[in-house]
Amino acid sequence: MSFVLDLWTVIAVASGAVFFLAGTTGLLRFPDALTRLHALTKADNLGLGLVVLGLLPQVDSVSAGLKLLCIWGLVLLSGATAAQLIARVVLRRDTHP
Amino acid sequence: MIDVLNIGLAGLILGLALWSIVAREAFAAVAGFMAYGLLLTLVWVQLHGIDVALTEAAIGGGLTGALLISAATRLRSTEAAARAERPGAVVRWLAAGVSAAVTAALAVGVLALPVPAPTLAPDVAAHIAVTGVGNPITAVLLAFRAMDTLLEAIVLLFALIGVWSLAPDRFWGGRPGLRQHADPNGILAYVARVLPPIGVIAGIYIFWVGADHPGGKFQGATIMAAMWLLVMMAGLADAPPISRTWLRTLLVAGPLVFIAIGVVGVVTADAFLAYPAGIAKPLILVIEFALMPTLTLILGLMLVGAPKRGPLP
Repeated sequence: MSFVLDLWTVIAVASGAVFFLAGTTGLLRFPDALTRLHALTKADNLGLGLVVLGLLPQVDSVSAGLKLLCIWGLVLLSGATAAQLIARVVLRRDTHP
Repeated sequence: MIDVLNIGLAGLILGLALWSIVAREAFAAVAGFMAYGLLLTLVWVQLHGIDVALTEAAIGGGLTGALLISAATRLRSTEAAARAERPGAVVRWLAAGVSAAVTAALAVGVLALPVPAPTLAPDVAAHIAVTGVGNPITAVLLAFRAMDTLLEAIVLLFALIGVWSLAPDRFWGGRPGLRQHADPNGILAYVARVLPPIGVIAGIYIFWVGADHPGGKFQGATIMAAMWLLVMMAGLADAPPISRTWLRTLLVAGPLVFIAIGVVGVVTADAFLAYPAGIAKPLILVIEFALMPTLTLILGLMLVGAPKRGPLP
């Protein structure tokens, strides 16, 4: 059982890392602010989500697991907000230069 | 494996430090400095200094970063003129020489430390039971070196007075900063309604666990101040006029309670800031509770800045 859980952790955390790598590549290579934001939020949402899901079987207590899930939720909220705010500034700048 | 990670971390930090110094644009330098602060947090975690890591993330990376960003935005109009100004060769060589000398002196100082470094940790571990708190950092900050913490709180208060003193005479006593107007149905107003309840609980939690685990009033107060700033930025609440009595009372309450307990210690425990045996923990709690609102207000108001609007009639 613990082997299966460890395997799950390795697979999920590694997939999360792939999303972070892809997000960083997108941030560096994409042509404009909106597409870069798109790449960045994927890393936040899916990358961190997979890392959190992968770490869940490794926690000692239920409260530690809940804290991990809370962190993911807060990052989702703040990441989505920051992306919206930046995108709005970009749109306003592009339509009223 | 972990060594590779640590070496990579150290390399990144050095690179970011260099970037913050050589970046021509103030905003880029600040962005580098904030990333530097976050990586420094990871270093403290690696050194098992979770308390310091929390403080670094909250104050070093977050609060200082926000202060520097507003400074960089304010300086933007002067930047072109500052860049056109090129100091003479003598000044530049002198600056380089002084910087190199300071770095060399620091390096010599660090390398000259005896191995193992002198430590008071065994003394703290031996006497922590007297204080009643479980977290050695809190015991050091509020019992063994309480004087330092008292002076820190007073220094922060002076810093806020310094910020306020930049106000023009006609705005003295008025509200700090400008009134923020955000779309009441926009995303910022939404987050400013959803996040503060969670943030306030997180702030109080971090403040409360400080007695036995990493955390404490500085980290908790920074989170509370951030929630207050969010509500103000979204235009849901306005900053209070700095002439309000309740505001000024809360601002001095923390340090005053701290000093009062310290003076009582002269009578009851034979030394300033000494706690009578047996009630050290309750006294530490009283000080923490008094300092929490003071620190929240100081940190928040410092970011809002000097009064920019006249006092209300």
